[in-house]
Amino acid sequence: MFCKQISYWHRNLLVIGVLLVVWLAVTFVPVYFAIPFSHIFIFGWPFSFWMAAIGAPAMFLIIIGFYAWYMDRVDRERRSRQQGQ
Amino acid sequence: MAQRGHSAKEINTRLWRGYILYAFGFALLILILALLEILGMARQWIGYVFLFVTVVLYAGIGIFCRTSDPTEYYVAGRRVPAVFNGMATAADWMSVASFIGVAGTLYLSGYNGLAYILGWTGGYVLVALFLAPYLRKFGRYTIPEFLGVRFGGNLPRFVGVFCAVLCSFTYLVAQIYGVGIITTRMTGISFELGIFIALGGMLVCSFLGGMRAVTWTQVGQYIILVIAYLVPVIWLSVKQTGQPVPQMAASSVLQQVTERERELTFDPQERSVRIIWQDRADEMQVRIDGLPESLDSENKKLRLQLLRARANDAAMVDVRTLERELLSYPATVDAARTEWSRARDDYAARASPPLPHAESFARKTGENPEHVRNNFIAIVLCLMLGTAGLPHILMRSYTTPSVSSARQSVFWSLLFILLLYFMAPALAILVKYEIYTNLVGMSYADLPAWVHAWTAVDRSLVDIFDINQDGVVQLSEIHIGADVVVLAGPEIGGLPYVISGLVAAGALAAALSTADGLLLTLSNALSHDTIFRTMQTNLNPGRRVIVSKVLLLIVAFSAAWVATRTPADILFLVGAAFSFAASSFFPVLVMGIFWKRANKWGATLGMLAGLLTTFSYMVTTQPWLRELVLGVPRSESIELLAGIQPIAAGVFGAPVALLVIVVVSLLTPRPDEATCELVDYLRLPD
Repeated sequence: MFCKQISYWHRNLLVIGVLLVVWLAVTFVPVYFAIPFSHIFIFGWPFSFWMAAIGAPAMFLIIIGFYAWYMDRVDRERRSRQQGQ
Repeated sequence: MAQRGHSAKEINTRLWRGYILYAFGFALLILILALLEILGMARQWIGYVFLFVTVVLYAGIGIFCRTSDPTEYYVAGRRVPAVFNGMATAADWMSVASFIGVAGTLYLSGYNGLAYILGWTGGYVLVALFLAPYLRKFGRYTIPEFLGVRFGGNLPRFVGVFCAVLCSFTYLVAQIYGVGIITTRMTGISFELGIFIALGGMLVCSFLGGMRAVTWTQVGQYIILVIAYLVPVIWLSVKQTGQPVPQMAASSVLQQVTERERELTFDPQERSVRIIWQDRADEMQVRIDGLPESLDSENKKLRLQLLRARANDAAMVDVRTLERELLSYPATVDAARTEWSRARDDYAARASPPLPHAESFARKTGENPEHVRNNFIAIVLCLMLGTAGLPHILMRSYTTPSVSSARQSVFWSLLFILLLYFMAPALAILVKYEIYTNLVGMSYADLPAWVHAWTAVDRSLVDIFDINQDGVVQLSEIHIGADVVVLAGPEIGGLPYVISGLVAAGALAAALSTADGLLLTLSNALSHDTIFRTMQTNLNPGRRVIVSKVLLLIVAFSAAWVATRTPADILFLVGAAFSFAASSFFPVLVMGIFWKRANKWGATLGMLAGLLTTFSYMVTTQPWLRELVLGVPRSESIELLAGIQPIAAGVFGAPVALLVIVVVSLLTPRPDEATCELVDYLRLPD
């Protein structure tokens, strides 16, 4: 039991870590390099403008949605394993 | 919506049916008003109907959901389905600043305004990953309560109450002030009366039904505010480009706007106007340098000018302008310095060419581009951490039925928020296009009606003045306040007046829903975490709810009282609330869940150190606050650290708080076994 709990928590920490890196990257990379990126266009908008207005917020939504979906799955697995015991 | 003794599925179907009916009812109201407008109903009456119907609607939901059961009162019975909890959170979250401010800021500062969109949406990632599921698992009533139980003892809890009151009260005052402004615009009634009518509707709701009534009202308010935002934007984009998707319309319009910006930057007429503004700014500088002698000499000069103008039968407008100037002439040297520095900055700002809308870190000449970027990043970070630390948002994780639905609820919250935030950049561009292509170059004789209407409301909102007297509107002659972009957007785009009324009703819904959530957070922190802790602990649950309700009234009226005193700077108040939340709650809550070693002393001192750091940066860099606390006159220049504005002071406080928590916790004894067990319990799903 104790062992499983740690593994559940570590799995959670791992996915949080990965998602956090994605979150940092989509937020701050386009902002930090906004000036060198200024000649790249996407759908008629400058890349950094589009990322800050639409791209990054949409990614935030995907991150949160993925985390909710993934943790639900992990929770279900854990429950079925507990019932199996 | 009273929903005792039904299965979850049944509740869900009933909720959906109820709210779809509600949305249709509201659409019907808009159609009827539109019809009445065509038939010639007075504009003011449209405003009255919207104000009256929506406030009565919110109060009605409140009466319908009245309760005195503590679980219902504090956390809506913990059975709000994820989707509806998401809608309620979205309404709770989107304040006047989101509804009116974001598009306005984007209009005025282009790319730089996107810091608000990034910050206010990115914070939800932190809520979902670090806080919401664990707070739900904890499953009590308030945020300070979490601190009390996790770190042990009343000290962290009371510091938590102090932080909650600090953030929420600052934010509440800003909301109530916004409510006052909107009701005044919508109906023409006085500011104070507007505040008290809206406060009435708000209080009926939260007073009678607590969190339960507030939740179901917020869902209703969300529906109204999203309709009120989407309808004008989509209409405007169809009207201008034939595109029903505003983002697509905006990207096709953007090129024309960029083209126009370039033209207007080099246009000779525009340049001549800018030179006039620069001359005025220089003149102000000469006056300031000439103080204290110039106070008298300028006054004499002005009187002489007025006499001469009267004697020569000058135009009425000129005489009036001089009279007004003389009437508001500063009385003391200090007042003159403040007044004239403000005027100088104003004129200097108007003397600069238009900022390129889509260019990153567009700035006025002389600003360091790296500082603009630092400030942008600082604002984004501060708003993100603040979002994840504001107690009225975190409270909403308590109202879901399970840990899993708490995670899902964050997803729905952000989705519903994005529905509005995705539109803001498009709206800003569409309005800008309208101004740049239609208003600029128009003759002063045929200015559209909205210009006169809004100038009459307040000159700080719209001010167009033919300064070079060529009879044609130049861009540099137009001054537009941020609030106008959303509030007058429909009129600027030539939509019927009923849409303007709708937008005002949406703004009111945004302000009221946030104010409701804040009120509850405040009164619960004061009653549940303070009074019941220190005084009689043997009060029965029913009595406790009554005490909470009385406190709610007191908090509401004191916030309204402060709001009618008209605090100096609303935007700064909102920013300050986020900075305080970022530097107190966020670090301590995350450490409490993710680091077992964090203890009572670390948490307490960490919160205090974070707040102190934030506050001291604000005091040294915010002119108004500096005058209030340190007594330094506002005209003194300000030293910013790496160009970071005081509004983002939380970026300094948060790391300090984190560091103090770690160092102090390691220096003091580790928490006991029970605390470790509690943390283990929080980390497991239910």
